[in-house]
Amino acid sequence: MNSEKKVKIYLFGKEYSVPSELTIMCAMEYAGYQLVRGCGCRSGFCGACATIYRIKGQRELKTCLACQTRVEDGMYIATLPFFPLVKEVYDVEKIKPTEQIMMQLYPEIYACVGCGACTKSCTQSLDVMQYIAYAQRGDFKRCAEESFDCVMCGVCSSRCPAGISHPQVAMLARRLNGKYLAPRSAHLEDRVKEIKDGGFDSLMESLTSLSDGELRELYNKRDIEK
Amino acid sequence: MYSDEFKESLCAVEASREKNLAYEPPRMTAEEKEALLSEYHPDFKMNEFDTLKVGKNKGSRAPKELCRMLQAHSRVRDGADLSNIKYDVDVLVIGGGGAGAAAAIEANSAGASVMIVTKLRIGDANTMMAEGGIQAADKPGDSPCIHFLDAYGGGHFAAKRELLSKLVTEAPDALLWLSNLGVEFDKTPDGEMITTHGGGTSRKRMHAAKDYSGAEIMRTLRDEVFNREIPVVDFTSAVEIILDEKGRAAGAVLMNMETGEITAARAKTVIIATGGAGRVHYQGFPTSNHYGATADGLVLGYRAGAKLLYAETLQYHPTGAAYPQQIYGSLVTEKVRSLGAKLVNAAGEVFVHPLETRDVAAAAIIRECGARRLGVDAGNTKAVWLDTPMIEMLGGSGTIEKRIPAMMRMFANFGIDIRKEPILVYPTLHYQNGGLDISARCEVTGVENLFAAGEVVGGIHGKNRLMGNSLLDIIVFGRTAGACAAEAAKKTVSERLTLSHVEKFEKELAAAKIETDDVSPMLLPNYTGKKSMF
Ligand SMILES: Cc1cc2nc3c(=O)[nH]c(=O)nc-3n(C[C@H](O)[C@H](O)[C@H](O)COP(=O)(O)OP(=O)(O)OC[C@H]3O[C@@H](n4cnc5c(N)ncnc54)[C@H](O)[C@@H]3O)c2cc1C
Ligand code: FES
Repeated sequence: MNSEKKVKIYLFGKEYSVPSELTIMCAMEYAGYQLVRGCGCRSGFCGACATIYRIKGQRELKTCLACQTRVEDGMYIATLPFFPLVKEVYDVEKIKPTEQIMMQLYPEIYACVGCGACTKSCTQSLDVMQYIAYAQRGDFKRCAEESFDCVMCGVCSSRCPAGISHPQVAMLARRLNGKYLAPRSAHLEDRVKEIKDGGFDSLMESLTSLSDGELRELYNKRDIEK
Repeated sequence: MYSDEFKESLCAVEASREKNLAYEPPRMTAEEKEALLSEYHPDFKMNEFDTLKVGKNKGSRAPKELCRMLQAHSRVRDGADLSNIKYDVDVLVIGGGGAGAAAAIEANSAGASVMIVTKLRIGDANTMMAEGGIQAADKPGDSPCIHFLDAYGGGHFAAKRELLSKLVTEAPDALLWLSNLGVEFDKTPDGEMITTHGGGTSRKRMHAAKDYSGAEIMRTLRDEVFNREIPVVDFTSAVEIILDEKGRAAGAVLMNMETGEITAARAKTVIIATGGAGRVHYQGFPTSNHYGATADGLVLGYRAGAKLLYAETLQYHPTGAAYPQQIYGSLVTEKVRSLGAKLVNAAGEVFVHPLETRDVAAAAIIRECGARRLGVDAGNTKAVWLDTPMIEMLGGSGTIEKRIPAMMRMFANFGIDIRKEPILVYPTLHYQNGGLDISARCEVTGVENLFAAGEVVGGIHGKNRLMGNSLLDIIVFGRTAGACAAEAAKKTVSERLTLSHVEKFEKELAAAKIETDDVSPMLLPNYTGKKSMF
């Protein structure tokens, strides 16, 4: 099963021969790199390992997460361990979910030229340009939905001629949506109040003063919701 | 697409799918569970443990790898220049995961000057990776008391009761706090939280944000930390806690991860929020954890005089990815089973209830692949099937894309469509059940002005944690740690700093005749030059 097939890759231009089943990240380590930057979760969630590559002989520039991409023969690889995104600060209690807030914090989104480079480069295959369009219109709910799987790796912004920091725009939209636009959960607020009013205090007290034997009995007999 | 070597077993799984879908496997009795665990769970493999010879836990059992780290030399055993104080704050938070961020936000709210130092970037942390969800008893028909019972029993009746009752009682408020910060939970159009079961829950109280639950929480907390302009010093690890002459925590020795430069941070109170230990690869297991999960906080605390609780218990998540090899050890969220996928052996038989607690399910898989010889050879390991197409048969087509997009993407990246094909899984090292012993105010037992929150803590969950209770504990206890550390900072007048405890510890090592070249904390694993598939 563990075939020893090797492929040639080029890390920052230097050639290495590595087992073909490795991810780009593991291939760098195999080649001898002790990673510090450019490596976080190793599972496709944190966006630390944004990477750009081109296959030898091809023109197209590709982007990926190094931890989620298998090496290919002839890959020319450069990592992008840091990208200077613009993150504006704001007070989430004071802002309002209106179009003006985008105009105020991230006006460059209105300079989008519609080139689609962001969408094309997204390591999560999101329609980035579309979510920026939603943000321009103040449609934060859609912007939040469309951008939800963003890992903020910053590749889109590195490709943008208008200098937009897409992940930060989306972050703002999601917080606005979560805080102001999503429906409130009445049952949650009720329960918080019930607890604050001491509604469960005596029950909890008697429960926590039972012996382990008694609790074991209760646990083993508890009914389980279907 | 699977290659031909899986054909036979894959056909068996497909042929039995209808039947398996309808079949509800029995839940094990308490006795059956005990027998299974003691025979197959890694925590019970006695030859994998040693007895500690120094420190507060002297005489007790801990995993061999942990013993080595706890009894290794300090990275600054030759001393460090404590006059080179680069940072001076009220509250120093060590670790930029969910617990650290929540603590920093609350310390900031309480008016303290607070800063975060973290090994990688803020958010490169286990919190970012949590997929499944967060528990809270916020539905009618559920209550904090039932939540308590589920967690206490699931943790084998070993949790510190005052910690667990705080966890469940403050759970709904934790969710409301997150909602008010803008965290987007899955809800119905009228605002009802969409909740499911997790292993060991008796009520459906798992709240999620698709299968990016931790990412959604972490990125929101991180954004809030930035909005409050709380200083975050990244790529900087704490390598030793600094005490003052009264023996109270008063800062930390820091190491720049890129340049190796050693500096010091002085603080009135210190919060350890360094998370877990998956990258220690106990017993050679792969792990679901992030790159910096190396048990540093246990080492930092232990040398400063803290006590550990349940350091001998670790959580092996039953469903780590076993194939394709590129994602070996990565987590397949428990939500896959919550949504209806069952565990099936090489012969196409369902062999365990999909919602047993994690330790039980993991032990059952290990038994299936070992003694029973009903595992599938997945290359790095034997494995069993997790029959994901069942999810769409139950919930309708589109369920997978909507509810577990991250899982779908992870496998699709390597050519497997989990809507149509089942996946191969084997237990992966997932969570550090044990850790620093704390009070309900997050004070570390034995060291004044030292606080701890998150996965580095032991005792909240007993000896096995239920899914969804960890994201919860980092919020509940993270917030408490921040507030209490800020309060204690107000009452603290700085004294002279010292590392005499480190010298003392070195002497104890010598007295116990421990000879080693190891230094700790570990900081990062070393995979260089190897064909590691971790
Ligand atoms: C893949 C995965 C899925 C999970 N799914 C769920 C789930 O669905 N529900 C649930 O409740 N729980 C889940 N968990 C568990 C939960 O996510 C973690 O236990 C929890 O988030 C830990 O939070 P933390 O803040 O304590 O640690 P972390 O989030 O890991 O943060 C610790 C931080 O400290 C840093 N650090 C470490 N050492 C040092 C040092 N020496 N100096 C400075 N900084 C340091 C780390 O790099 C990291 O940034 C999951 C865990 C994983 C790995
Ligand atoms: S290391 Fe986190 S996405 Fe690759």
